[in-house]
Amino acid sequence: MSATVAMPAKAPGTGYWRGVGRRFARQPLAMAAAMVLLVVVLSAIGADWIAPADPFQTSVSRRLAAIGTPGRWLGGDELGRDMLSRLIHGGRVSLAMAIVPVAVALVIGGFLGVLAGYAGGAVNMAIMRVMDVFYAYPSILLAVAIAGALGPGMVNGMVALTLVFVAPIARVAESVTTQVRANDYVVAARLSGAPTSMILRRHVLNNVAGPVLVFAASQVSVSIIAASGLSFLGLGVSPPQADWGLMLSALRQALYVNPWVAALPGAAIFLCSMAVNIVSDGIRRAMELRR
Amino acid sequence: MLRYLLRRLAYVAPIAVGVTLIVFLLVHIAPGDPISAILPDDASAEMVAEARREYGLDKPLPVQYGIWLWRAAQGELGTSIRSGRTVASELSMAVGNTFILAVASGLLACVFGVALGLVAGLARDRIADHVTSLVTLAGVSLPHYWVAILLVIVFAVENPWLPPLGIGPDTSDGWRPDWAHLQHLILPAIATALIPMAVIARTMRASVIEALDQDFVTTLHAKGLLPGRRLWHVLRNALPTTLAVTGLQLGNMLGGSVLVETVFAWPGTGFLLANAIFQRDLPVLQGTMLVLSLFFVVLNLAVDLLQSWADPRIRRA
Amino acid sequence: MKAPLPALPDRGGPAQPMLTVNGLRRWFRLDGKRVIRAVDGLDFSVAKGTTLGIVGESGCGKSTAAKLVAGIEPADAGEVVLDGEVFWARGARIGPEARRAVQMVFQDSHSSLNPRMTAAESIAFGPEAHGVKPGAARDYARALLEAVGLPPDRFADRPPMALSGGQRQRVNIARALALRPRVLLLDEPVSALDKSVEAQVLNLLVRLRAQLDLTYVFISHDLSVVRYVADEVAVMYLGQVVEQAPASVIFARPSHPYTRALFASKPSVDPRRRIAAPPIQGDPPDPVDPPSGCRFRTRCGFAEALCATGTPPLGTVAPAHRVACWMTVPRSGHSQAGVAA
Repeated sequence: MSATVAMPAKAPGTGYWRGVGRRFARQPLAMAAAMVLLVVVLSAIGADWIAPADPFQTSVSRRLAAIGTPGRWLGGDELGRDMLSRLIHGGRVSLAMAIVPVAVALVIGGFLGVLAGYAGGAVNMAIMRVMDVFYAYPSILLAVAIAGALGPGMVNGMVALTLVFVAPIARVAESVTTQVRANDYVVAARLSGAPTSMILRRHVLNNVAGPVLVFAASQVSVSIIAASGLSFLGLGVSPPQADWGLMLSALRQALYVNPWVAALPGAAIFLCSMAVNIVSDGIRRAMELRR
Repeated sequence: MLRYLLRRLAYVAPIAVGVTLIVFLLVHIAPGDPISAILPDDASAEMVAEARREYGLDKPLPVQYGIWLWRAAQGELGTSIRSGRTVASELSMAVGNTFILAVASGLLACVFGVALGLVAGLARDRIADHVTSLVTLAGVSLPHYWVAILLVIVFAVENPWLPPLGIGPDTSDGWRPDWAHLQHLILPAIATALIPMAVIARTMRASVIEALDQDFVTTLHAKGLLPGRRLWHVLRNALPTTLAVTGLQLGNMLGGSVLVETVFAWPGTGFLLANAIFQRDLPVLQGTMLVLSLFFVVLNLAVDLLQSWADPRIRRA
Repeated sequence: MKAPLPALPDRGGPAQPMLTVNGLRRWFRLDGKRVIRAVDGLDFSVAKGTTLGIVGESGCGKSTAAKLVAGIEPADAGEVVLDGEVFWARGARIGPEARRAVQMVFQDSHSSLNPRMTAAESIAFGPEAHGVKPGAARDYARALLEAVGLPPDRFADRPPMALSGGQRQRVNIARALALRPRVLLLDEPVSALDKSVEAQVLNLLVRLRAQLDLTYVFISHDLSVVRYVADEVAVMYLGQVVEQAPASVIFARPSHPYTRALFASKPSVDPRRRIAAPPIQGDPPDPVDPPSGCRFRTRCGFAEALCATGTPPLGTVAPAHRVACWMTVPRSGHSQAGVAA
């Protein structure tokens, strides 16, 4: 206790997030995973400059070239295109298709969850029962079914994934909001006669945002697998676009010729999904306030 | 317990209705006229008009939903556009095949998940724990379809020990309990089981550690009770949570089976669904989703009841 | 200290009670038929510039009563009258300006401050909600910190995590005062604090009441604390007031068997003050299904058949001294009637 009392005075919000950053940096595994993600995201953004070859340039002689072939360092795909370049370019599509739906679902689900949690009563019932219905399906199955009904295409895939992630995010937002709302500082704010919008903005949202953001981040790891899964089934991105799921699907025919090249896009999906998992776990740990 | 059962049923019933509503709407969010999705492409104008009347498509949407639900309750799920067989008959075969796969992988996931989690929890913070934790962390991040491909590469391509495709030898389309069919089951079952196993192990580890930290276990230790008895107490306290997660994972496992069955050409519901989507066979898509989603609702209810039976505190909440 | 918010006017004059509570009731429905009678017909009033202490065991409905009076929790029945005007009645809303008049200080100093706000921000929030410019609200918050004994240069920018329990409670008090209330509801404000800190905070509260012309409702389970701050004491048992009297009277001549038992369970430092009374037996009964008649009869050493059949009224036994017990009602039929009073 004496140590906390001696703490120097510091600015409000920034102090908290600086502390989270410090505690995150102390976790070596989380930092390593964050580095991996950073490299993947940067190379996806800068794919046009980083990729060693044109990802659409086919080459008959280098069809399914083995790993280590000059000019095709990670091998060639079924049309002889450079795997490394396609993986780098594919990251752009795969990550966008995974992150955008979660981001949109965060806005929709966050709004619904906070509304349900703060209003309570009948409003809560109405919103959360609808969420329960969506929650009843396993996420991948629901994504496949909706995307299947809408038909193939990247936008349809993203719409399907968004619908899948709204319910779980709304659930977390609702439960956190309900907890925050029960705190005496919210009671005190209501006692002051402040308008609800001001109480939500100043007292509820900044305490709800953290846990909900971390949960949404952890859902990105599910989304990466599901988004590539849709493309793998032919429901997401369409050829000749480079996308990890689509590449994995196309290379299945090449299993008997060059199995390890065929396995590469899956490794990329796995690596990203795991890195997201470790990072979101690390943030969650860093955010736990020790009282 | 009966009161609790009734309360749960009252909670689940509207969800079940909501679930069927979403399945019903699937056909209506599909682009184009739903009737063109139900009839073959070369249907005549009279056929279209007649089908429209027969399916009640000239009526308002809520009435259509009622008609559809009433037919579905009697097992009338329509006719497959591609095969011409009834959706119900297509489903009955597929459900059986998926059931076999689910039972096999469910057993694998439970047995190995609980065992791994128990070992990790008891060996807290020692090497065995760290290794298991890393493996299970990797496990929850695995794309199942990729695992399926890797298994094929290792056990069917590089080392031709097991068959890479199908449910049985030649053109077998149903599972039979013989050696050849069992060989076909191994790879799909492992691929489906891996992720649930990792999640179960993670939960089990956490609840074992929590149980070990509880005062009464320390007391038992102080009393000098046999390790076996202590283990029993730890298990009793860790099981309800693990049970709940296992139930949820069984649901997710079946969700993932859409992709795994596609890789292995396993003629189950997932494969049927994927093919229906690929061929835009909407009656089959709708029927399969209806059966699968209602199954999840029932599964969740069962897990809930089982959990409340194992831990009476839940009933009062 | 220059306050940016205007003082609320005194309408009724000094003789008008500051706060009057009539028949306040709040039942919590569990499921179907079962009902917890948290507050069940609460009556009391507080004179201007005084402190009413409300005492009782944990679970007797003290905290719910505070939230009902503040209008933050809807009551099923009853009304709250503030300075002769209805502050709150069933179905009515309290306007933001009227709302300022009644503020609360909570027991748990941790959950009562937003962990993401500094001390000054927490205090400034209320005035800002009433249209005070952020800069002015901030200066006001700093002045209030000074007034509650926390030098603003050291404390204004600290988050709650960097404050001790006593400091947090001072911030809580400052936050409540920022709206210039007339009534402060103090719900166990010092019971989570160390004894040494408790005395400092109590002295601060006593000083502020005189300085700012406030009226307090001080809820506590700690009799010595209530004795120190309260002018008037009300004793609650299972959602009802069983005895109310000026502090000097009730501590000298407690009349209700529950009050006597409650005071006896705390040994007095002064042996002459020790009261011979049977100790309370057992735990409080289940508020879901309270005993018929007098609710204390299941634990009362004097209980007779009469106590199970009729509910004793809260009757006046001496000027300003009200008791709900059959023994204090002459010719009630209780064998001790008239003896105890």
